[in-house]
Amino acid sequence: MPAIGDPAPAFALPDTSGTLHAPDGAPATVVVFTCNHCPYALAWHERIMAVARDYADRGVRMLAINPNDAERYPRDSSEAMRERVQSGEFDGVPYLRDESQQVAREYDAKTTPDVFVLDGSGILRYRGAPDASYEDPSLNAAWLREALDAVLAGRDPDTGETAPVGCSIKWKS
Amino acid sequence: MRELGLDPQSVIVREVRSDGQAEDEGFVGSPTIRIDGADVQPPEDPAAGLTCRIYRRRDGRISPTPDPADLRDALSAALSTTSERS
Repeated sequence: MPAIGDPAPAFALPDTSGTLHAPDGAPATVVVFTCNHCPYALAWHERIMAVARDYADRGVRMLAINPNDAERYPRDSSEAMRERVQSGEFDGVPYLRDESQQVAREYDAKTTPDVFVLDGSGILRYRGAPDASYEDPSLNAAWLREALDAVLAGRDPDTGETAPVGCSIKWKS
Repeated sequence: MRELGLDPQSVIVREVRSDGQAEDEGFVGSPTIRIDGADVQPPEDPAAGLTCRIYRRRDGRISPTPDPADLRDALSAALSTTSERS
């Protein structure tokens, strides 16, 4: 499990078209574990996508990863992921499949969503929830934005870690 | 429940632990809230399973729990039905 200040685990995962994506040294990279069937992930989804849009011109890259067991949870199947991408819900953010769940395990991801921010050297600078409440869209993923602002300014976020909130990742048995 | 004169202690909380149990009980995800056996918001997809339920609040927001106003209405309706029968 990487601690804040440790190198984040490297990975390369396929998106819904089969293209591999990996953290590529962007000034900051957001890795968000998410899924299709969790109300917490869906409640926060638009706020997280807004962050991707708002920070794109500052070089921030976002990678969304679905780690759930799609056999037991068909709503998280590759086809269901593709449908969401094709309907525009990911707005250009690659939606990646962690079929083996290895990446989620290496990140010690707990929930959907669970958000990680890497700096340009691949060092983990923030991990946790996007903001204080899935119920309040006006919070606007403030914790994630604060972490990105800090990383882009070359300093540590005031808060490096918050408790992730959401549905537990559906591990394969 | 207190607003409607009901005892919150009367709620029965049950943990569904397996796919088989979910199938047997028609459990469509967590949380499922039933009043006198009836789901307070019958799901569009009735497939049983150990999954998470998605509710919509009255203002359209997605939520892991039903809108409290919907719960109040469901409880009120159930109470009315019960009093009509008695």
